[in-house]
Amino acid sequence: MQVNESNIVANEEFRPKIVAFCCNWCSYAGADLAGNNRLAYPADIKIIRVPCSCRVNPMFILRAFQRGADGVILCGCHPGDCHYTSGNYYTRRRMAMLFSMLNYLGIEKERTRVEWVSAAEGAKFAATMQDFAEKVKALGPNKRLEDLRCKQ
Amino acid sequence: MMKKCPVSALNTVLTALSGVAPLYLPVNGKGKDTRAKYTKYEDGMIYSTALNTVRSAKDFFFPQTENLVNFKVDGKNIEIIDPREEHEDFILFGVRACDYKSFDVLDRVFLSEPVDSYYASRRAHGIVFTMACTRPAETCFCTTFGIDPSEPQGDVSCYMTETDVYFDAKTEKGEVVLAKLGDLLADCEESTVNEQKELISSRMKALPLSSLSTEAFGGDKLDKLFDDPRWESLSESCLACGTCTYVCPTCQCYDIKDFDTGHGVCRFRCWDSCMYSEFTKMSAGQPRLTQMQRFRQRFMHKLVYYPANNDGLFSCVGCGRCLASCPISMNIVKVMKTLSEEAEDNGSK
Amino acid sequence: MQTVTRETLLDKASALLASGEVSRVLGWKKGEFAYDVTPAVFESAEEMEKDFVYDIFSGANFSKYLIKETAKEGKVLVFLKPCDSYSFNQLLTEHRFDREKVYAIGIPCDGMMDASTVKALAPEGLVSAERDGDNLVIHTLYDGDKILPYADNLPDRCRHCKSKKVVAYDEMLGENGDVVDSHRFDEVAELEAMSEDARFAFWQNELSRCIRCNACRDVCPACTCEKCVFDNPKSGVENKAISDSYEEKMFHIIRAFHVAGRCTDCGECSRVCPQNIPLHLLNRKFIYDIDRNYGDYMAGAEEGSRAPLVNYKTEDPEAADVLERGDK
Repeated sequence: MQVNESNIVANEEFRPKIVAFCCNWCSYAGADLAGNNRLAYPADIKIIRVPCSCRVNPMFILRAFQRGADGVILCGCHPGDCHYTSGNYYTRRRMAMLFSMLNYLGIEKERTRVEWVSAAEGAKFAATMQDFAEKVKALGPNKRLEDLRCKQ
Repeated sequence: MMKKCPVSALNTVLTALSGVAPLYLPVNGKGKDTRAKYTKYEDGMIYSTALNTVRSAKDFFFPQTENLVNFKVDGKNIEIIDPREEHEDFILFGVRACDYKSFDVLDRVFLSEPVDSYYASRRAHGIVFTMACTRPAETCFCTTFGIDPSEPQGDVSCYMTETDVYFDAKTEKGEVVLAKLGDLLADCEESTVNEQKELISSRMKALPLSSLSTEAFGGDKLDKLFDDPRWESLSESCLACGTCTYVCPTCQCYDIKDFDTGHGVCRFRCWDSCMYSEFTKMSAGQPRLTQMQRFRQRFMHKLVYYPANNDGLFSCVGCGRCLASCPISMNIVKVMKTLSEEAEDNGSK
Repeated sequence: MQTVTRETLLDKASALLASGEVSRVLGWKKGEFAYDVTPAVFESAEEMEKDFVYDIFSGANFSKYLIKETAKEGKVLVFLKPCDSYSFNQLLTEHRFDREKVYAIGIPCDGMMDASTVKALAPEGLVSAERDGDNLVIHTLYDGDKILPYADNLPDRCRHCKSKKVVAYDEMLGENGDVVDSHRFDEVAELEAMSEDARFAFWQNELSRCIRCNACRDVCPACTCEKCVFDNPKSGVENKAISDSYEEKMFHIIRAFHVAGRCTDCGECSRVCPQNIPLHLLNRKFIYDIDRNYGDYMAGAEEGSRAPLVNYKTEDPEAADVLERGDK
């Protein structure tokens, strides 16, 4: 009985689903480093590796929300360090515009974030994800950009 | 027996009607768009006397999207879910004569074999109160298609004057609903609305499009119209948007699509538009490659193909919605007038 | 007052047709009523004499039609109002048509009416409407005439006109104007000042009316893809109808994003929307954000300029800073 009850409590607690787009050259390696150093970050973070942060099309972000994400974070090399010279500069403008638009439509701004994480910043990666997951958890489930068909 | 209530008591009557069954009626919009749209009645809502709702009443029987079936995949199992709920009776209030006629056009498509059970169920549960058009608009041309807005059909037809609202039950369903209103309605003579009918008829005759004729069209005009060179100039500025087809009360084309939910499939039906480049796309591509062909399809369907298959009934009811909303103001009236001119043109050339 | 009249344009067009300088004219064709003019191609002075109109309803932006028209033989004459000329330049910047095949005549403009604006002023039985000096005169079937101040009743895009300057032309008729102080971002700023909840409610109410007719996309002079992502069954987003509140937001976000930095704010999207959704407020949000964060930029003001979203500066602000500014 006790086991069952605790199960119910665990089920009721909201665990956000978070999608993290990480560029292959810096941020994904940063996540790797966090893992190698045994730095904990929430298991709710699902990483999608992309060749460059610039590969992320606005539709990817929306699609992630549609398919049930409660928060989306995009990580790339620090400005100036892009493996392809300038990809992340374009990303910075695009995502700033897109996230600003999402907020304009009333979608909570804490649900989206851009962070620059280098391959050496395992600790920053873990801390960023920890912080982002907490903020999204505090917001509760994504209701404003959800697709009910995917949640049935 | 004709019944009536004072305009001031209309809300009491509407509240009583909404107690009989969920009631939908035109209400002016809030926000940026204040035009009338069908809204579910709640106490205190004001019936909009606007001539036409932005979207037609066909939405209630043939909604823009409708879930047909869901598939849920779990491992090797596929669960098939029928999302249909039992329909309950509902009342549509304030349907204009043109929109009511459009149900006839839709019925011939959806209720002929094989019967569309989704549509049929809604039709069976709908109770329609029509409203005569005291103030027809300049874009109205329902009389062209033999519709009389002074004699709207339906389960109950209504007339509205400055002081009173009149109710005339036309079917048993209508009688039953009116009987439930009891003392709220007073009996009166049928002749009391005669003046109103005459007023409407005279106003219809004075409208700018009253002389529009269907003479050049019909099921037997295919050969004559199909290769008419003027389709090119008529369609040249068409943007290929779907506005005309989506505001039209008689357009009935749809597509069935699968939506991948990540854990299964939602199979839904949605309106489709012959104006779209992807319309009726098949494995071999689209049958109509140019916008001229797609544009022609829409009007040929309304004025030739449909009447050919339905005893001469045109699938346009002259509601005027496409006249009001086409971004480039090309519409069925301009098409009909242009193509009707043919005889003169040929004579002079 | 409209200093350039139908007759001025007609004379000019007839002369150019007669001299063989142009073989076709893009113009407005009269309709059944005063307000339903249709863009059309005229091939002779006689056709124009019969059906050509130029009045307060000649508002349609012709620039996009040039893509189709310049693919044909011969030169086409087009009349450009100030806002059309920005779209014209933007299309040239993107190499969407051959400038050599166009003869552009700039015409001044101090605001055009459109059918839905006038119909909102006289919802029942609108017979006709015309301009008389500073007034708009509306004739109705049942309520007599209405006389209203013209400038105050213009559609939003003209009340907040950004420029009265024709930026591209071969020949200018009348006097060219200047870029004006438009206050066009006031409404965006108002929305930004609202709470997230209030903004969400506002857009939910507006966007839920969308019927996905695609008119906003099809009329947009910046939307010139041969195959739109929303028409492509392989894109995964080609759903013909709004079937979920996610869909309606996704469609409008992506539509506006695809033209961000290229949109000239001509306002055609809002004009054509059959559901009166204020779509320009989405486009203007992007323009406002771009202006504030990356420096003032007016798409189409100069031919050949580089659009802000295909450009960058190393000192650009971070996304978080941009968001802070948008939510005061």
